[in-house]
Amino acid sequence: MCLGIPGRIVAIADADAMLAIVDVSGVRRSVDVVCVAEPGAPLDTLIGVWVLVHVGFAMSRIDEAEAAATLKVLAEIGEMDAEMDAMRTGSVEPLVRAG
Amino acid sequence: MRFVNEFRDPALATGLIREIGVLAARLERGRTNPVAVMEVCGGHTHAIFRYGLEGLLPDIIEFVHGPGCPVCVLPMGRVDDCVAIAERPEVIFATFGDAMRVPGSRKSLLQAKADGADVRMVYSPLDAVELARRNPGREVVFFGLGFETTMPSTALTVLRAAREDISNFSLFCNHITIIPTLRALLEQPDFGIDGFIGPGHVSMVIGTAPYRFIAEEFRRPLVVAGFEPIDLLQSLLMVLRQLAAGEARIENQYARVVPEAGNPAALSAVAQVYETRPTFEWRGLGSIAESGVRLREPYARFDAERRFAVPDVKVADPAACRCGEVLTGAVKPWACPVFGTSCTPEMPLGALMVSSEGACAAYYQYGGMKGAA
Repeated sequence: MCLGIPGRIVAIADADAMLAIVDVSGVRRSVDVVCVAEPGAPLDTLIGVWVLVHVGFAMSRIDEAEAAATLKVLAEIGEMDAEMDAMRTGSVEPLVRAG
Repeated sequence: MRFVNEFRDPALATGLIREIGVLAARLERGRTNPVAVMEVCGGHTHAIFRYGLEGLLPDIIEFVHGPGCPVCVLPMGRVDDCVAIAERPEVIFATFGDAMRVPGSRKSLLQAKADGADVRMVYSPLDAVELARRNPGREVVFFGLGFETTMPSTALTVLRAAREDISNFSLFCNHITIIPTLRALLEQPDFGIDGFIGPGHVSMVIGTAPYRFIAEEFRRPLVVAGFEPIDLLQSLLMVLRQLAAGEARIENQYARVVPEAGNPAALSAVAQVYETRPTFEWRGLGSIAESGVRLREPYARFDAERRFAVPDVKVADPAACRCGEVLTGAVKPWACPVFGTSCTPEMPLGALMVSSEGACAAYYQYGGMKGAA
């Protein structure tokens, strides 16, 4: 119920009612876009925007720059990792777990 | 799917796990108890088990599963109220699927449906409004539950019903708020949590500022996290870095979805439609002051509690269950005497066994038994 799923706005269903069509992995559904609409801007500007859809409501625009920034930090951890591999002889805790 | 596969990359996970191992080793010095990190949100609990993250981490790190599964904290008396409303002949009772199997003292909504009540599982509150449009002779009641994540959707639905004057739609409001709940947890004596993984989608609505008291008053770090395995590992690393540095700050790992200020349109709809209740009862936790909301007076005609005679009887949880202690992280699910025996996902006694986001269901399904031996 609380997870939400990323989808892309592909059409405006009813601008007066603030409803748009979102494509989620090929499944299309009408969603409420009040929470992601730019105040004062025409609703058409939403077409092509990636949003997080939650129980029929587009709740957040997925910020591609932020996603890329997070992935960049992660990639740097990966690079640092290779360095540290060489430095370290020991390893982290074993991965096997009972139960 | 957009920014899903990237956050499931095993190579990234390996790097993060190694970093976590280094910090864990540093934190381990000078302490005997585990580093306890509470993930507040049930969605995070589910992801941690689904991807087996606990098994990948050093023993010193312990995830404690918090109370952020709205289905799990719904008291039995409210389920009874739902059933009482649903059993009225004029009512179509619409609900999210998660709530169908939560046990009431007489029956669940699923059992009520089997007994002839018109209970419909819907994806969205908007679907309930559509049911009301299509069935003008019936009363359509939507069961509104959830934290701030779902609150804007029901608030906007009520506003839509008001705008279109759909008089046969009403909301049975059981929404709860996360901040008073976190404060109640933190104020418990001996609350042994070192830091928090903050709820991603609640934060997408409320932003990050409301958590500041956790750092300022209670000196605990909180990192708002996404729901993919890489998100959770990175957030854990961010919490551990703060702990290692002796810091307590609010950070946002999930910035691709969570703006620092939250969602102004969502917050405005919530503020317009809902007001705080003086107190609200939680399953397993008792009453928490100002932790629930109800419809404001201008929307009273959409309030199912005012439209129907709701029994509103408080019902004690089954005596054998230890749901409350599991919810606050005091005990692990397998310490409960009925876990996996008389309480299973097929025949749940406690709500934590019902939802896939509940800690007990996650332990049962994925066999998380870290520290059980």
